[in-house]
Amino acid sequence: MAMKRIGVFICHCGRNIAGTVDVKKVAEEIGKREDVALATTYIFMCSEPGQKLIEESVKKYNLDGVVVANCSPTLHEKTMRNAAARGGLNPYRVEIANIREWAAWPHEDNPEAATRKAIRIINATIEKLKANASLEPIEVPVVRRALVIGGGVAGIQAALDLADAGIETILVEREPSIGGNMFRLSETFPTLDCPQCILTPKMNDVAQHPNIKLYTYSEVESVEGFMGNFKVKIRKKATYVDWDKCTGCGECLRVCPINVDSEFDLRMAKRKAIYIANEQAVPLKALIDENTCIRLQFEKKVKEGKIKPKKNVKICSKCADVCEPNAIHFQNNEEIVEEEVGSIIVATGFEVMPAEAFPELGGKYPDVLNSLQFERLLAPSGPTAGIPRRPSDGKVPESIAFVHCVGSRDPQSGVPYCSRICCMYTIKQAMLVKHALPSTAVYDFYIDIRSNGKGYEEFYHRAKEEYGVNFIRGKVSKIYKVGDKYRVQGVDTLTGRIVEVDVDMVILATAAKGSEGVKDLAKKLRIPYDEWGWLKETHLKLKPLETPVGGVFIAGAAQFVKDITDSVSQGSGAAAKAMALLSKPQLEKEPLLAKVDPEICAGCGRCKDQCAYGAISIDPVRHVAVVNEALCEGCGACSANCPTTAIQVVNFKKGQIIRAVDVLAEVF
Amino acid sequence: MGKKIMFYPGCTLKGVAKNLEDSTIESARILGYDFVELPNWTCCGAVYGLAQDSVKFTIANVRNLIKAQQYGKEIGDNRLVAVCSMCYNNLRRAHIDVMKNRDKLHTLNIFMDEEPDYEGNINVLHYLQFLKDDVGFDNIAKKVKTPLKGLKVAPYYGCLLLRPDEVAIDDREDPHIMENLLKTLGAEVVDYPLKNECCGSYHTVDKREYVAERTYKLVSIAKEVGADVIATSCPLCFFNLDRRQEIAKQKHGDFEHMPIVYFTQLMAIAFGLKSEDVLHFDRHYISPREVLAPWL
Ligand SMILES: Cc1cc2nc3c(=O)[nH]c(=O)nc-3n(C[C@H](O)[C@H](O)[C@H](O)COP(=O)(O)OP(=O)(O)OC[C@H]3O[C@@H](n4cnc5c(N)ncnc54)[C@H](O)[C@@H]3O)c2cc1C
Ligand code: SF4
Ligand code: SF4
Repeated sequence: MAMKRIGVFICHCGRNIAGTVDVKKVAEEIGKREDVALATTYIFMCSEPGQKLIEESVKKYNLDGVVVANCSPTLHEKTMRNAAARGGLNPYRVEIANIREWAAWPHEDNPEAATRKAIRIINATIEKLKANASLEPIEVPVVRRALVIGGGVAGIQAALDLADAGIETILVEREPSIGGNMFRLSETFPTLDCPQCILTPKMNDVAQHPNIKLYTYSEVESVEGFMGNFKVKIRKKATYVDWDKCTGCGECLRVCPINVDSEFDLRMAKRKAIYIANEQAVPLKALIDENTCIRLQFEKKVKEGKIKPKKNVKICSKCADVCEPNAIHFQNNEEIVEEEVGSIIVATGFEVMPAEAFPELGGKYPDVLNSLQFERLLAPSGPTAGIPRRPSDGKVPESIAFVHCVGSRDPQSGVPYCSRICCMYTIKQAMLVKHALPSTAVYDFYIDIRSNGKGYEEFYHRAKEEYGVNFIRGKVSKIYKVGDKYRVQGVDTLTGRIVEVDVDMVILATAAKGSEGVKDLAKKLRIPYDEWGWLKETHLKLKPLETPVGGVFIAGAAQFVKDITDSVSQGSGAAAKAMALLSKPQLEKEPLLAKVDPEICAGCGRCKDQCAYGAISIDPVRHVAVVNEALCEGCGACSANCPTTAIQVVNFKKGQIIRAVDVLAEVF
Repeated sequence: MGKKIMFYPGCTLKGVAKNLEDSTIESARILGYDFVELPNWTCCGAVYGLAQDSVKFTIANVRNLIKAQQYGKEIGDNRLVAVCSMCYNNLRRAHIDVMKNRDKLHTLNIFMDEEPDYEGNINVLHYLQFLKDDVGFDNIAKKVKTPLKGLKVAPYYGCLLLRPDEVAIDDREDPHIMENLLKTLGAEVVDYPLKNECCGSYHTVDKREYVAERTYKLVSIAKEVGADVIATSCPLCFFNLDRRQEIAKQKHGDFEHMPIVYFTQLMAIAFGLKSEDVLHFDRHYISPREVLAPWL
């Protein structure tokens, strides 16, 4: 069974390997092995002639196994497998021995040791290879539908691209309207477009597209299944209004007596207990907030037995009384729906830290706001019609200070990273203040300006030169109230002096984090995230939209805070990835997966507890572990925990690994 | 006799800050604790705490900790209380430093071969922490005889109780521990935004004018937010805020004096300890006697 005619192909990688490792000597030594039919070297094994050499050698020497000694398998394993396969060898009988990163590079100063090490690595790889089985890729069917979670601009773009490509797409948004944070903005840097003008058409396209099924005010409850075949449960939260009947006329809003802080306006304005998310909401539908509606609160207390209803008391139903189409029914219409999809795109966006998190910077005062709240005060459609006013007394500010990097680049009180968009939006906000209130003094405290985008640096210069914003380079240490003003105490690091300015309002550019609740969602999807709630990509440079879970992609600010340009690009990118997947009738999957030997398996279930992908179940009848090949990623966590070696990853069997380690561990 | 607790006074309390020492020891006595001076204590290192060669700085404090270890075994208690912010800061930092860097501890133990090794179990506490966690503010409330009702106090922490983070006795940007104690004593605490600002520290030696500017600002804002007195726990803050008012007044015609007190003096007054033997108001440049008269 074991292989007897192995071909070993040693790559020079230009001077990368051959400059340190004596490749001729390596070929000579390896060629002495009985099980090796051919050991040869070539300058670039990954090049066309290099691949040809492998292909031809497989035929010529009738090779039954191949080791390519070159760079990391993440780079060229696939290329080499394909080359051997063209020669007629099963591709899973090809192994890579990484002698570049493991031998040549770390031992540049000691070529002799590097050469010895390279020989050893190749010998170990041959030992592993010898017990490799021939395998065929696994085929799984595909459901040609997609799910997009999060209806911000990234999710909207992804859904539209998929739908335009003819793929039925489900868009789930937890707020009553789609639009995300972009819809809260006043104008957008660097072009000063109004988001209402550029985003509303896209939002309406989503609502009207025949291939898009929109669930707003809904959340993903559970996700099961695997790439190509996900089963998703979606919870449609209770609205107490029949959305098929509601015309969005807004009559009910006018009569409702209850006022509460508006979520959309981030406490900068009030809404009623029955409300429409905002004036241009998509869908334009009313819903009742069960926590503040008089009637629903009353009914709840009656149900809990806290109060006994007297006869003939009239409980508020003002909204229902004026509702022409009789849409308001006060019935809890929460519902779970199930959808099947082949691919999922997560575009759940970001949030900014609340000003209250920074008491030393005055976050406890009413006129010290975070940046997103201030966007509402600058928005022409916002509560102050675009003329900023102090929340405490409605006064138009004569002076405003902006503070960059609040909580950003500050591991002690916030996050270690740069939040990336704040420099630009702060410059924009400063400019818009000057535009609305030319005589208002504007102070902008920054550490350094990070304006690294197309047209961004020019935008910054406009703020300085055309608008006369005072940019002060230095950190703010404290903000406190003195009389009616807020004293901003900082340092000007260019002059080396302490600066103090008294202003009417302060805007804190607070750090961005992943959306609230995203970690729970990520757990349901089994995709990784970091401590700050950013979803983790498979490879930061080369696979920024992929996740380790096949078929699940990420896009927009959910991956890390980014501007609109980048969010939209990622939305389209993720859609393209999903399309590529869904365009195939069947999916091929690497067969390097866990396999159970039912003869040995005791059915203890330890492997099941270890599997991060939920791929293992215990057969209740035979009492043995069973692997769902479509779910298994071949990580090997199960096998490491199996007390009997019953579960093992194909071509990574215990015996193979131990033989390889034995060779590696031999004393020089 | 109350329960014996090791007390580290430090040099300043033995000199100019008699008012801090006596009000601390006497207030503790009322609460049922006998603060016994750590036998043969040495310097805490003071500014050398900021020195580059931290092994050298750590020696003095580890020696103090070893003494506490020996005496602590005798009295059966491992707590070492300091009230001077600088002493607390240095002792606690030294303890953390050698606990984190065992190599350094080993070097020090070898160097001090005349002493036993430091075993690392001394619990260095600031008096405020001791009051909050070990005594409990509710027990303190029971001992209040003269509630400081109507007295408006600005609590001032300076830097040494709050920085670096690992020795901070409370939130470094928005501390409340002193405020909560003062409220327990019946005082009205003003929201003092400069409670953790720099007092100018040792610049008081060579740049008096500079420190006087800080004092001008710290006192004026305290006045602006309605305080009658500023309370502190640090002899250096006390000195700068109190003594430098002289220059502040010379430079700024609009400046109004304000008395500076140790929080322990306010505690003593609330406990009914009002004699000059405990309070030592003669040690103050701006005497608090007039402002505190209603409670004396
Ligand atoms: C103050 C401020 C000003 C800005 N100004 C500009 C500017 O001028 N120009 C510019 O280019 N960029 C600007 N930006 C950046 C811009 O807001 C973002 O680039 C953009 O919003 C990112 O879009 P997104 O779709 O990735 O995320 P988001 O806009 O955050 O949208 C995410 C959506 O997902 C939904 N969601 C979250 N979790 C779930 C869940 N579990 N289930 C279902 N739905 C969920 C949210 O409700 C939201 O609708 C600014 C940002 C801020 C904070
Ligand atoms: S029932 Fe009354 S309180 Fe409730 S939403 Fe309708 S009008 Fe508002
Ligand atoms: S983008 Fe600018 S303001 Fe925001 S964290 Fe980065 S540097 Fe600071």
